[in-house]
Amino acid sequence: MTEELLAVRDLKKHFPVTKGIIFMKEIGAIKAVDGVNFTVNRGETFGLVGESGCGKTTTAKLILLMERITGGTIHYKGRDISLLRGSELKSHRGSVQAVFQDPFSSLSPRMRVKDIIAEPIVVSVNAPSKTAVKEKIAELLQLVGLRKDAGDLYPHEFSGGQRQRIAIARALAPDPDLIVLDEPVSGLDVSIRAQIMNLLRDIQDRLGISYLLIAHDLPVVQHMSTWVGVMYLGTLVEIAGSEELNENPVHPYTKALLSAALPHHPAHIREEIILPGEVPTPFNPPEACKFHPRCFRARDICSSVPPLFRDIGGGHFVACHFIDDLRKI
Amino acid sequence: MSISVQSTAVDGTSRQESGARLWAMVLHARELPLFSIGLLLLFVITGIFGDFISPHDPLRTNLRAVLLPPFWEETGTATYLLGTDHLGRDILSRLICGAGVSIEVGFSVIIVAGLLGTLVALLSGYIGGRIDAALMRLCDIVLSMPYLMVAIVLAAVLGPSKENIIIILIVLGWASYARVLRGEVLRVKEGDFIRLAVIAGASPVRIMFRHIFPNIVNTLIILATLQLGMVIITEASLSFLGLGVPVPEPAWGSMCAEGRGYIYDAWWIAFWPGVAIMLVVLSCNFLGDWLRIRLDPKFRQI
Amino acid sequence: MKMKPILEVKNLRTYFYTRRGVVKAVDGVSYELGEGETLGLVGESGCGKSISCFSIIRLVPAPAGVIVGGEILFGGSDLLLKSEEEMDRIRGAEISMILQDPMTSLNPLFTIGDQVAEPLQIHQKLKGEGLREKVREMLNLVRIPSPEVRMKEYPHQMSGGMRQRIVGGMVLACRPKILIADEPTTSLDVTIQAQFLRLLKEIQHTSNLSMIIVTHDFGIVAKACDRVAVMYAGKIVEMAGTVELFDNPEHPYTAALMKSLPKAGMRQNRLYAIEGQPPDLRTLDSGCSFAPRCPRAMEICRKEYPPRVEINDGHTLSCWLRKGEVLND
Repeated sequence: MTEELLAVRDLKKHFPVTKGIIFMKEIGAIKAVDGVNFTVNRGETFGLVGESGCGKTTTAKLILLMERITGGTIHYKGRDISLLRGSELKSHRGSVQAVFQDPFSSLSPRMRVKDIIAEPIVVSVNAPSKTAVKEKIAELLQLVGLRKDAGDLYPHEFSGGQRQRIAIARALAPDPDLIVLDEPVSGLDVSIRAQIMNLLRDIQDRLGISYLLIAHDLPVVQHMSTWVGVMYLGTLVEIAGSEELNENPVHPYTKALLSAALPHHPAHIREEIILPGEVPTPFNPPEACKFHPRCFRARDICSSVPPLFRDIGGGHFVACHFIDDLRKI
Repeated sequence: MSISVQSTAVDGTSRQESGARLWAMVLHARELPLFSIGLLLLFVITGIFGDFISPHDPLRTNLRAVLLPPFWEETGTATYLLGTDHLGRDILSRLICGAGVSIEVGFSVIIVAGLLGTLVALLSGYIGGRIDAALMRLCDIVLSMPYLMVAIVLAAVLGPSKENIIIILIVLGWASYARVLRGEVLRVKEGDFIRLAVIAGASPVRIMFRHIFPNIVNTLIILATLQLGMVIITEASLSFLGLGVPVPEPAWGSMCAEGRGYIYDAWWIAFWPGVAIMLVVLSCNFLGDWLRIRLDPKFRQI
Repeated sequence: MKMKPILEVKNLRTYFYTRRGVVKAVDGVSYELGEGETLGLVGESGCGKSISCFSIIRLVPAPAGVIVGGEILFGGSDLLLKSEEEMDRIRGAEISMILQDPMTSLNPLFTIGDQVAEPLQIHQKLKGEGLREKVREMLNLVRIPSPEVRMKEYPHQMSGGMRQRIVGGMVLACRPKILIADEPTTSLDVTIQAQFLRLLKEIQHTSNLSMIIVTHDFGIVAKACDRVAVMYAGKIVEMAGTVELFDNPEHPYTAALMKSLPKAGMRQNRLYAIEGQPPDLRTLDSGCSFAPRCPRAMEICRKEYPPRVEINDGHTLSCWLRKGEVLND
């Protein structure tokens, strides 16, 4: 039985580009996010993967209400949060938390660890008593595998992996139902990544929270996620269950991305699908299917009719005109 | 790994000659600047306890002992170690009490101007938009005024008094803090911990004072140390021109001015306060440079 | 298959003298690089892999960093005994280096053409049309479309992948014998990374270039390297042919690191995680530096550093768990 926690529908974020100093004329827009649809279920992890500039980080910022949306809706627990202002916004804050990539920039260098962890509770509308906060901090430190006395130290006394644990403890402090993980392990050493990924999975199993995971590293996303969405130039081109995506990728871009992923053994080097050129800028991107200029399957229809984002069964969504042909390959 | 801090030798002790060490201490400001700290401590202590340590009343004239040279000169006496001025006042005592004036002016100006500048920097840098534009244009105006000339005009208009000097120097001084610190605020603001504070629901006031301020305090301290010397010089210049601390209260600047007419006959009247100003300002600058290297995160780690 | 070594590093030691103690960044590293061979240097940040490469071209950050011992034999003579002027002639002309960040590797104020031309002017004293012809040839080699136009453009007009290719063109302009690539693809996107690695391999085949690739990613090793050296805390702990190393990782560190990587498409429940943190290089004792994190550590591991043994043809490691022919270097 799955329950929808976050539902993103037709989400858009355009940054207008203007020309001239006095008579500012809009000459176009950077379509960072251009019609994104996905759902995060309670207790599950939804992974967003894509190359730099595909809009995955902007999507995260919109969900965290750090930027105003241009269009679409973001329903969290059945309520559209994209339009919240003032006191409603303030009381919503805290229920969606985040962990970012850089464990060195994520923690205020001049605050003690206990104050860092406690901040989301302390600033909330109905802040609990001091003893309750203290207990909560001790509980959180234990949960993320840090010593009890770690609270009295400053962030610079910890290594990258430990700092990421502190950041996770802080995100858990207000008992959120959803945590946005923006590249949570790519700033860490290889031997530490597994520790943090295990920790995140353990916490999910224990507390039943949901993650929205944003990463560029396909194996990491596939390992962590229940569902994976592949983004290209501000749109989702494919959504599938983690294993399904690996075994039956349909969209040409997904196939190319999978084929470019580095092998985990020299004998497993896949035949690469070579994409011509590079990712275009999201400033006035290609019409219709945004992938068509680089696609090996592109036909005339691709540059004139935008493909529908269709369910091809079992929650596997693809935006392509040639789904049936591609599935046979 | 950053590469800016000089290495010490293998065994941890420096093998440099002591002369070279002293040179390095003064020039590179890498070792603890004992010279500057000592001198500034002496300056602060004499300034605060001046009334108790000065051997004579700095205002009492003694017409039987005018223009006495320092004690080592032929006609000098041990009663007046550094000599007397044209009214027979003891220069050492006046120097000691003058330190008090410099401290009062110097510290009140750097503290008030520093806080004002910090506030402007926080508002301007964090809130941004129109507030930023308005405050920074104001800042530009203040910074584009010829500092000393405006100070002279203002002092002439407001009349010479210690309080007026302090007000003038604050009005002219906050802008340089605001300018530099705003840049720091903009840098700190980009940190992920600020974004996470917003996500946690922290208010802008809390973010400014709890998150940003502690991270720009180092820069504030460095700026204040460097500004202290600047303020002392400006105060001395105004006093020298008769627009600062009114006579007969001893101020180093006005002491220099008084000695100007006797420079060929009694060099010591202008010489001692001049040396005092120079040493204090130099100490401030050395200390400021050293703090900059020690507190600046770019220089700190290796 | 014994190749004639073009570069021999023997017992290289590079230390950093800091205020807080001596950092033994590279502590007794030995390896050979065969002609036309690609050697991978793998390890976590701070393990000394980059510093050992900077030591080869004698660009250790001074004054803190000092090469305190060892030999680097290139073309029959020891690079560590060369004068600065001789090194200037070798750097760029015979041994070249690509750094991680294509954004800062190019000077933003000069055109692409000028920057590719610079090493040719210095080392081959080319001028005029000959120089232009050669620059065009290099840009063609690294697949820059319409080089005639691109030559007159500035770095900010290029994408990250194109910039890294231009850096490649710059360092290969003088046809060096050895190319050292320090995390060459870390800042590039997955598909661009694949492109760039393929380009490097192609150039290597046509010009018999020897390469050292420094990386933290076993995927890059699997894809591009013939032989691998795994570094930990300033020392090489294991070295073998790539396939051999992936099939039989013998050192507990190598084995653990490989087990801790998420495999594409497999949603394992937990990853194998190495406990603890990489050690502080200032406070290493006489024992094996991995012993505190090693699940199979014995009494002797904490007391004495294990000697290097050869367990298979070309497969060497330093671990008390394995007996073999002791190599003395």
